[in-house]
Amino acid sequence: MADTEVNGSKQGTKKKKADRWSAGVIPYAEMGYWEPDYQPKDSDILCAFRITPQPGVPPEEAGAAVAGESSTATWTVVWTDRLTAHEHYQAKCYRVDAVPNTEGQYIAYIAYDIDLFEEGSIANLTSSIIGNVFGFKALKALRLEDMRIPLHYVKTFQGPAHGIIMEREYLDKFGRPLLGATTKPKLGLSARNYGRVVYEALRGGLDFTKDDENINSQPFMRWRDRYLYSMEGVNRAIAATGEVKGHYLNVTAGTMEDMYERATFAKEVGTVIIMIDLTIGYTAIQSMAKFARANSLILHLHRAGHGTYTRQKNHGVNFRVIAKWMRLAGVDHIHAGTVVGKLEGDPNATAGYYDTCREMKQPINPVKGIFFDQDWGSMPGMMPVASGGIHAGQMGDLLHYLGEDVVLQFGGGTIGHPMGIAAGAEANRVALEAMIKARNEGRDYRKEAQDILKAAAKKCSALDVALSTWGDISFNYESTDMPDVVETPTST
Amino acid sequence: MRITQGTFSFLPDLTDDEITAQIQYALDNKWPCSVEFTDDPHPRNVYWDMWGLPMFDLTDAAGVLAEVNACRKAKPEHYIRLNAYNANYGKQTVALSFIVQRPSDEPGFRLDRQDAHDRTIHYTLHPYAADAPPGRRYNGQQ
Repeated sequence: MADTEVNGSKQGTKKKKADRWSAGVIPYAEMGYWEPDYQPKDSDILCAFRITPQPGVPPEEAGAAVAGESSTATWTVVWTDRLTAHEHYQAKCYRVDAVPNTEGQYIAYIAYDIDLFEEGSIANLTSSIIGNVFGFKALKALRLEDMRIPLHYVKTFQGPAHGIIMEREYLDKFGRPLLGATTKPKLGLSARNYGRVVYEALRGGLDFTKDDENINSQPFMRWRDRYLYSMEGVNRAIAATGEVKGHYLNVTAGTMEDMYERATFAKEVGTVIIMIDLTIGYTAIQSMAKFARANSLILHLHRAGHGTYTRQKNHGVNFRVIAKWMRLAGVDHIHAGTVVGKLEGDPNATAGYYDTCREMKQPINPVKGIFFDQDWGSMPGMMPVASGGIHAGQMGDLLHYLGEDVVLQFGGGTIGHPMGIAAGAEANRVALEAMIKARNEGRDYRKEAQDILKAAAKKCSALDVALSTWGDISFNYESTDMPDVVETPTST
Repeated sequence: MRITQGTFSFLPDLTDDEITAQIQYALDNKWPCSVEFTDDPHPRNVYWDMWGLPMFDLTDAAGVLAEVNACRKAKPEHYIRLNAYNANYGKQTVALSFIVQRPSDEPGFRLDRQDAHDRTIHYTLHPYAADAPPGRRYNGQQ
């Protein structure tokens, strides 16, 4: 093919376009990675990337470069492309939008054919989509904002080991959020003392207690001892209340062999739930999800480390994408923010994460930061977990923002109670049940939250003390990460 | 001891008016209600006896409460719970379930420990009430 004359779309001047197959370096856009007329197929994997091109790099070229580097391209023309149906395998950037009110940032939409990915492998999916491209020099910054996982691909994954419905039926707990607490101090307790915290919190009224992410098997408390003492606490609390209860036994370890050993022992001592950390990696998570399903263990995931790449708005991977991957990978619980607590969480963005965990279908919703329609088919939902700086006094807001299918975890808000751990747990449970009852009665529970709690506290001194200890504690800092689009109230 | 199964066991026992408000919430959500009773409160006793079938077509809260009261009259010393069921696709499970009657005395549970290998313990939960045959468990009452 001879060189052809085309319109240089950015400059509006004629320029020479290099032959697609002549050796050397040509713009990605001209190699077929920019295709504004492309109509995404129902089976395509779609990505929305926030791109910040280097000065002088047109956004379409930057988008095409991302498409190229995350699919078939390398930096120069290779003749071996011609041995393939390369147009089929090339990712296509089909749309680039400027981000409103933000100079230099664009959202690039890229479509990937489903053939590019191995079935049922988060490792393979992510090695393509976020494999090389985030260090690409032509971009100052790059963030994966959202993905549309086609139902065809969703169906190749196991999904949550049990899901919300099965978890509730297994625990025999309906109509209210679940309550949990992380054992504190997170490091240093001996196994015997640790089990005491488990027992007190569960007998007081919590459904779950939890190992912290960095409790694995340290010199002060080895894993096997922790499991034995924790299960003594769990079983004592079950006998004291007649309720099913559990402690998330963290099986995170240095190797898969160690994790299987710990998870097998956890099953043997009769726990209903185990936990893993995000730091173990996607493949290990999928393996533990298979184990959890095969052995009737609910699988809790702590998102340890995610803040290093999810928090900054211009670079990294948005948490909603991590949540999608984890639902495919097969965990039953995932920490997804509190809105009102001590950790990052814009209300609208958090609502988007919660939808990603729980809904069967998610429509596009720019206010919640959802860029695509997402159909989960019949894949079960994950129970989102709200943890970090929350207390009984916030119960109205927690129910309003997070809804009913959620685990509310009050660590300090249970264990720090002046009357003791069981009293802290009781205060949280009474506050929760009072709020649910008021909501169901049709009261404006959010507006009347303090009245509802005060009335309940008249019959529960533990709640009364909790409210006077923490009632006015709040964490009002501006979020670093919120959707670009805000809801504008209309007068109509 | 007070068994704390169900959505509202940490609150004082609900009055009939309060129960009616919860029934109305369920009916407003198009969740049919059902009444179940048992004299075996083991937390793994899933299948409490059904007081008739779920009331799929009953949309009057007073009618549901009447069934609760009929069950109370027939089973004065049993646990009775009211369930609301969400049959929508994607749910198809219990949406709300709370205790509306308890026996006058709740003796609770014995925890049996069986020593097993390598310091592990097999735990068994035993409701004291289950020592008597069904129907004669709480004060000998049906």
